Amino acid sequence: MVLLDPLAFFFWAVILLVSLPALIYSIGYFKNKFTRAKLLTTQLITLAFIASMLFLVIAANAFVFLIVWELMTLFSYLLVLTDSENKAAVNAASIYIVMTHIGTAFLIAAFFLIFKYSGSFDFTAMSAACQTMPPLLRNWLFIFFLIGFGTKAGIVPLHIWLPYAHPQAPSHISALMSGVMIKTALYGLIRFVFLVLGIGSLWWGITVLILAIISCLVGVIYALMEHDLKKLLAYHSVENIGIILLGLGLAMVFTSLNLASLSALAMIAGLYHLINHAAFKGLLFLGAGSVQKGTGTLEIEKLGGLIKKMPWTAAFFLVGAMGISALPPLNGFVSEWLTLQAFFSGAMNVPGLLALGFALGVAALALTSGLAAACFVKAFGITFLALPRSSSAGQAKEAPAAMLSGMFLLAAAVVGLGLLAPIIFNLLAGVAVSICQAQLQTTGLFSLVLQPNGVIAISPLFIAIFLGAGLAAAYLVFYGYKVRLGQTWDCGYYRTDSRNEYTATAFSKKFRISFGFFLFPFRKTEKIKDSFYHVKSFIYRTNTTNIFEKYAYNAVLHLLYRIAEIFKRAQAGSIHLYLSYILATLLLLIILVKIL
Amino acid sequence: MTKLLLTILKISLVVGLAPLASGLIARIKNNLRLRRGQGILQPYRNLWKLCGKEDIIPENSSWIFQITPLIVFATSVTAILFLTDNLLAIIFILALGRFFLALAALDAGSAFGGMGSSREMFISSFVEPAACLVIFALYLTPGSTWSLTHLLAGLSLLIVILAETTRLPIDNQETHLELTMVHEAMLLDYSGRSLALLEFSAQIKQLFWFCLLAGIICPLALLPYGFCLLFIIIVIAFIEVGIAKYRLFKVPDLLVFAVILALLAIVSALLGV
Repeated sequence: MVLLDPLAFFFWAVILLVSLPALIYSIGYFKNKFTRAKLLTTQLITLAFIASMLFLVIAANAFVFLIVWELMTLFSYLLVLTDSENKAAVNAASIYIVMTHIGTAFLIAAFFLIFKYSGSFDFTAMSAACQTMPPLLRNWLFIFFLIGFGTKAGIVPLHIWLPYAHPQAPSHISALMSGVMIKTALYGLIRFVFLVLGIGSLWWGITVLILAIISCLVGVIYALMEHDLKKLLAYHSVENIGIILLGLGLAMVFTSLNLASLSALAMIAGLYHLINHAAFKGLLFLGAGSVQKGTGTLEIEKLGGLIKKMPWTAAFFLVGAMGISALPPLNGFVSEWLTLQAFFSGAMNVPGLLALGFALGVAALALTSGLAAACFVKAFGITFLALPRSSSAGQAKEAPAAMLSGMFLLAAAVVGLGLLAPIIFNLLAGVAVSICQAQLQTTGLFSLVLQPNGVIAISPLFIAIFLGAGLAAAYLVFYGYKVRLGQTWDCGYYRTDSRNEYTATAFSKKFRISFGFFLFPFRKTEKIKDSFYHVKSFIYRTNTTNIFEKYAYNAVLHLLYRIAEIFKRAQAGSIHLYLSYILATLLLLIILVKIL
Repeated sequence: MTKLLLTILKISLVVGLAPLASGLIARIKNNLRLRRGQGILQPYRNLWKLCGKEDIIPENSSWIFQITPLIVFATSVTAILFLTDNLLAIIFILALGRFFLALAALDAGSAFGGMGSSREMFISSFVEPAACLVIFALYLTPGSTWSLTHLLAGLSLLIVILAETTRLPIDNQETHLELTMVHEAMLLDYSGRSLALLEFSAQIKQLFWFCLLAGIICPLALLPYGFCLLFIIIVIAFIEVGIAKYRLFKVPDLLVFAVILALLAIVSALLGV
């Protein structure tokens, strides 16, 4: 009934890694926020949500899997609705539930197609049936799984629910949804495509790689444009799912080419980034929640200077930001380095044209990583550094101890997953080997040596020690004497205030212009005059066009509304008409039964 | 043991000679412009002078501002350590220094710092793909024999170096004009020893990149390593004298060109030319 293999244990680790800190955090976060009854309900639903995720990854039967999958969706839907008086929350929850059900429809279709051959919903029976299926059907099944799980994971262009749903939920729920729940979709992808269906043609992997590259770039570019801290983080989830999928897609490509040990390496890279993203994204969402609780806003243009009022939150957020920007010696660095190495090692062993494609993947990942660093310089710099840009930011209060301890645990995970890379690598190798049926030599205790190509080694621990030594040397030689406080240089005016500071909009302007071919930025300026000659104030608004919503989703919605208009005529409110519909249906059914 | 000694020697050589490279470039540039120019040891004197002055810390800033020079220095030195082993890791290590420098620039709360910070991150996000692809190309052609790959990769890396060492046409070290400065804008609120440390780190990073390029073109030019370094220094000086600064929005075009050169290097590596 239950399936306890290395893959399931790995996902248990991911779920528990974020769930426990999130639960501790919620004690502080919910304090004085809701009535007792509402609080109790919310916490119970949260527990049920976590339990459903835990059960999902050990289900050994597609039917059970589907039911738990739906429960998980419903619990998270309710949690997005926690702030149900807020219209935005209701809207977000609706978009979320509609989008995930489109995905679930594809999953149901896929499961029933396999059932036709296997006669059972058991994974082993399904897996056996998949080997004897016509290849065309397997291709269709792959596409169904990709759409079904891709919707939940937030692969572009199915990502549109993420930036709505994540920001509306309470912060620790966002941490759970973004850090863990969207990963269960990747679990599904690994379980059903790798283990049940079995990797088929080469184009499967290539499709996943292309989608991954698009998700990376679209996610990070939209994140750069976003000035709401939680929306920004939600777009980064799209980006990071892309990076994870780069690893998984590579593993698929290598499997189709019978390069088992490379496939295992790529799988490790993907899984490593998966657990890393759970840790740092969980941490960042918790940090954003602290900022919201301390200041009452998530709009980074209204924040600033929080590092002095909320020193611990700032420090933890910085750790998360460094992790997600792939800076050594923290965890994001290890997994992005592994992914790049998987590309490098792969290029030596695949056909030339594919190797050139790998080069594009490398370039895309490097660009993504650079843009992500830029985005987190913006997010951390504007939110926490310099002077407060509003009175609410000026009167910010540090988060209570429960929230800080939740963040501390995840920050420790971000650091630990980086410094202990060789140990984590060996553990993940166990999981990857069980998926890819490969032999993989494990590496040493201090440095991570990649076997397929020999001598490439890296050790975040050593990097940390060298950095520390350099830092200490510089400190001893250059510091340890008196410094003087002075005013910031402002061209001699000596009236620096928060209005002199650079804003997030200005920070991202270069990117807005450079990626204008995709973002379609527009701006509106308005002069408010108190006389013909004197301009009292000036309003400047700038925004970008979301092409996915404008051209794809709104077009489909428009079409749906028009079809609904046509069907409306049949439902005119006359009881006689409805009775005749029932009669007609009955007759139709009788005729059908007679014929069949 | 010998390996350890060699590593220490390598680090101390690069660290010790880093200001000299800057001095040489400045001198060659000045001579090309028919000026007498400063002595090639001037950067050492500048650093010494700055070390004697007191540090003024902006009152709005936080500990990020004070720790940044140390981190930037540590990353530059660590990058040298990995020079021959693991090029890919270096890109990430240098990114750490840049991340903190960009944060520190925002920390003082002046618009200049913000400008520098934003421009630096903008440029660097286009530099990283080119740098990674150059490393990819080198990875595909191990060994150091003459090849087209090395030539193309070297050219691509040269553009990367112009960006990373804040040279024309991407940045200009000789001006403090707010319309143009990138790296200087980030350092604007630093003074005394912190400034010395940051400038020193930038010089170390510069020599590190020159060493990397020298390693690539050495087999091409059939010259000893030291001559290759000198050659690169002269080429950079000529480029700086002969070219005007690009508009910020033209910089990505140049860097995309570097990406394309690196892609061509990869193509030639795959074809085995």
